[in-house]
Amino acid sequence: MAVAGAVLRQNLPGNMDLCGKTGKGVPEFHVLAVDDSIVDRKVIEKLLRSLSCKVTVVDSGSRALQFLGLDGENSSVGFDALKVNLIMTDYSMPGMTGYELLKKIKGSSAFREIPVVIMSSERILARINRCLEEGAEEFLSKPVKFSDVERLTRYLLRGEADEVSEFGKRKLPKNCDLEVSSPSSPSSDDSSSSLCSYSRSSSPLPKRCKSV
Amino acid sequence: MDVVQLKRQLIAFTELLFGEGFLDEQFNQLQQLQDENNPNFVAEVATLFFEDSERILNELANNLDKQSVDFKKVDAHVHQLKGSSSSIGAQRVQRVCIIFRNFCNERNVEGCLKCLQQLKHEYALVKSKLEALFSLEQQILAAGGSPSI
Repeated sequence: MAVAGAVLRQNLPGNMDLCGKTGKGVPEFHVLAVDDSIVDRKVIEKLLRSLSCKVTVVDSGSRALQFLGLDGENSSVGFDALKVNLIMTDYSMPGMTGYELLKKIKGSSAFREIPVVIMSSERILARINRCLEEGAEEFLSKPVKFSDVERLTRYLLRGEADEVSEFGKRKLPKNCDLEVSSPSSPSSDDSSSSLCSYSRSSSPLPKRCKSV
Repeated sequence: MDVVQLKRQLIAFTELLFGEGFLDEQFNQLQQLQDENNPNFVAEVATLFFEDSERILNELANNLDKQSVDFKKVDAHVHQLKGSSSSIGAQRVQRVCIIFRNFCNERNVEGCLKCLQQLKHEYALVKSKLEALFSLEQQILAAGGSPSI
């Protein structure tokens, strides 16, 4: 099931379109994306590169930890790993789940400040809450859209992530419709593509919640 | 056939694919990501999807052929296929996967086998449709046009 070999690709520095500024003096936004699906890796990489992010893509939680130097094997942290600005990980992966990866990252003094976003095709509230409580920045529904990633990178780049982490760990915000009127049971599996993302942030992000 | 005619064909064909539910909005998302730097992006994603799907379909056939079916394994494979078909916008494949997972939950071998057949069928269909789509785009390019509508 797990794809053999890591898919590790790095982007050359590009203009930082996200900032609305171009050219020199603007730091690169480096995203580490983790997904066991080869199709999803290709898509998320393109999404991020189209936003001028530097992208490193790996196929498992253990490869992600290896890259960050958290796997215990390698005591010296790689130069690139130091500059990771965001980690986006799939939830359901063989071996280590995205949740387990999240816990390891948040449990590390070197990397706990890096925002971690979980992606999943299954909108299970208990799962979402668990991830947010463990410190996930946001929980994105798959398939991930350009607008999701664009909004995410934009507010993280503006440094609001620092403000967000000061709010501490808390449950799903009450203003999200789905918490109140969720019709789906934990085991249900609908095919509707969700436009909803769940966030710890209280910043006024455009939330397009579409109940289907 | 000239570029204008080919483009009309492409538009009509694309509309048909969406109308019949072969493709959904996610496919549009991928097309929007395609640009001059990555002119074959969608075709590349499709190729990965085809390879991955064929691998999974084989695994499913193997797993369902056993005396004692490991439904957890089967479900895990179907979940993977559901994910990748959703990511490319292959809606009909994705929908069969959902039904398939229900049969896995119920530990219903008959149901699973029927779904596997359906899955193979839907996969073959979307593959041929996508290949036809890409072929049309190539023809437009060869005729000196640009496939982007």
